[in-house]
Amino acid sequence: MTTTHTDLDVLVLAGGLSHERDVSIRSGRRVADALRSAGMTAHVHDVDGDLLASLRQARPDVVWPILHGSTGEDGSVRDVLDLVGVPYVGTDAAGSRLSWSKPVAKTLLARAGASTPRFTTLPQTLFRELGTRGVLERVLDVLGLPLVVKPASSGSALGVTVVRDAAALPQAMVACFAYGEEALIEQYVDGVEVAVSVVDLGDGPRALPSVEIATDGAYDYDARYNPGRSEYFVPGRLDEAQERAAADLAVLAHRTLGLRHLSRTDMIVDGDGVAWLLDINVAPGMTETSLFPLAAEASPYGVEELYAAIVRRAAGR
Amino acid sequence: MTASPPAPQEPLTPGRGTRLDPWYASYAERTHGMKASEIRALFSVANRPEVVSLAGGMPYLAGLPMEIVAEVTDRLLRERGAVALQYGSGQGDVALREQITTVMAEEGITSHPDDVVVTTGSQQALDLVTRIFVDPGDVVVAEAPSYVGALGVFRAYQADVVHVEMDDDGLVPEALEATLTRLAAEGRRVKLLYTVPNFHNPGGTTLSLERRPQVVEIARRHGVLVLEDNPYGLLGFDDLTENPVMPALHSYNPQGVVYLGSFSKTFAPGYRVGWALAPHAVRERLVLASESAILCPSNMSQLSIATYLSTCDWRGQVKSYREVYRERRDATLHALAEHMPHATWTRPAGGFYTWVTLPEGLDAQAMLPRAVTELVAYVPGTAFYADGTGHRYMRLSYCYPTPERIHEGVRRLANVVNAELDLVRMFGTGGAGTRLAGTLNPGPNQA
Repeated sequence: MTTTHTDLDVLVLAGGLSHERDVSIRSGRRVADALRSAGMTAHVHDVDGDLLASLRQARPDVVWPILHGSTGEDGSVRDVLDLVGVPYVGTDAAGSRLSWSKPVAKTLLARAGASTPRFTTLPQTLFRELGTRGVLERVLDVLGLPLVVKPASSGSALGVTVVRDAAALPQAMVACFAYGEEALIEQYVDGVEVAVSVVDLGDGPRALPSVEIATDGAYDYDARYNPGRSEYFVPGRLDEAQERAAADLAVLAHRTLGLRHLSRTDMIVDGDGVAWLLDINVAPGMTETSLFPLAAEASPYGVEELYAAIVRRAAGR
Repeated sequence: MTASPPAPQEPLTPGRGTRLDPWYASYAERTHGMKASEIRALFSVANRPEVVSLAGGMPYLAGLPMEIVAEVTDRLLRERGAVALQYGSGQGDVALREQITTVMAEEGITSHPDDVVVTTGSQQALDLVTRIFVDPGDVVVAEAPSYVGALGVFRAYQADVVHVEMDDDGLVPEALEATLTRLAAEGRRVKLLYTVPNFHNPGGTTLSLERRPQVVEIARRHGVLVLEDNPYGLLGFDDLTENPVMPALHSYNPQGVVYLGSFSKTFAPGYRVGWALAPHAVRERLVLASESAILCPSNMSQLSIATYLSTCDWRGQVKSYREVYRERRDATLHALAEHMPHATWTRPAGGFYTWVTLPEGLDAQAMLPRAVTELVAYVPGTAFYADGTGHRYMRLSYCYPTPERIHEGVRRLANVVNAELDLVRMFGTGGAGTRLAGTLNPGPNQA
């Protein structure tokens, strides 16, 4: 049954100046379409010099920030929304900051009992002070191969390299630092790539069905956004214990970081059934090939009803 | 009602996967190289006003007298609307074809309107010529680097592009001779020599007067048709009394050259009107191929341009464009000299682009995210090589931003280059590889 929600006016924030602007715009349009189909009024707005004036004039009931990367996920735009005093979908600034930094999120989750691949975080400035050779040698000695090098704060697999050969590590570091000042180097875990989305509609965080991603080769930018390159299983081909472990990890992440309304946790489920935390997203991708909408589709709500319910929750209605 | 929300094409069934594209296994082999590109995604930031985009090849349309264009359109619709909005001839409007011969005469080309085929931009002419000549596996010889839009067409027809060296005087005849001789010895079928002789995109160089007949003669001797792409020919910066427009390759051997022209740079790209001038038999096939592709080029666009050419001072407009672009070229070269002591670059005598060679070890493609963070954009050299090499180069376009913005953009770019150079030296990497995924196809705004 479809309920109509003509009473709510939603401003979807998408775009911004981050490397993921394109993904954000596509996500934003998709969400706005779904909300309109659910009977709401929805407009997409860029993050630009007109935003504050638009918020004052349009006075939307709810803002849904679907901004990937930098200001969209690091909490700063959400701080501004708090200053403006408009309700918004998703995690507040504080929770966004915790999850935006992969090292911080991994550390907090590890303390809360989650498994996460062993890692180290190295800023570019440190190499300038200590030199590169000695530091990278220690990284290889301690973490071993293969390794994954990724920007400490980024999404869409931008700047990510799987390093299987020690000689490729310096180039992976250079590629990573093109995206940001801090690199996260973690042990590569072999297993099934799984994403679990979590929603909280007022009765506590609940995991949606897992999404398993099967890709020929790396789950890189092309595999994420070129339909056909990846095969998705919803729910993932996990046994009951693995599905539970994956769901528990996602809910633990949501609770531990104090996330709100929705989140998506990316993980590897290994052969022993251990779910290894990789990344937590407060503004998960919502494009036509993204994982949150796939999970929503397979949930009892369906996409439109779930998005509408999230908006109503954010609006306090 | 709005479009439906994100939903997979196939129903989600536990234990059964979905690729979100039920036609994945059905695509033609020639589309397999078409990928989602990180680069293309990064360029979406370049369209924001905060970013100085030295990437786009968009003409400076603010320099166009819009009032006059509006009058032309208005008059056309009032007086000949029923023709302008109707289907037209597959070969193109005859009056426009006559005017095109006048335009080409400016570059020393003697032609007959019957040998002109009007196309939807010269890009469609490129597609048609490739379609009628190139079978999968055939060789197209092209300059190194080469226009990204042409490489995309050649890739789509599964041609094997072999690059030939260029220097400051354009395509090197000795290198062309050696390449064609080698390919013949290998038993390869070379179908086309694709070349941009004037104000090269992306190289910014011009084929010298001395080399022009040599290149045409080498191609003739090897039985290779020359595809001469000349969108920028009338946009030279030199005083025309001292340095007249260079003769087109076509003028040396009309039977051995298909010449492509365009109104996109001399008037406006939104009309999408270009043309091919071809030997009779080739022209016949081009017309048939064009009719099967699009039936006919837009009458509205063709008649708008025909009216513009016959009633407005189009030569004056071209002159005004030349002055605008020369000022911007100068701004670019001054800014490069001031801010980029480690790099070298070409000095274009016309057109839109300069080609920058970065210090050894730098990778312009890998550096692009850093540039976007610094709010400046360019097109990495890898876009212009069919084999994905060219990491050390970048193309800078000066056609769109004002001289002040160009200066600011180059200053930001210098910071990016310095930071990347510092990093590369620190890690001792040679820029041998890049982590950016996907076929480098920057899209129409950046081509």
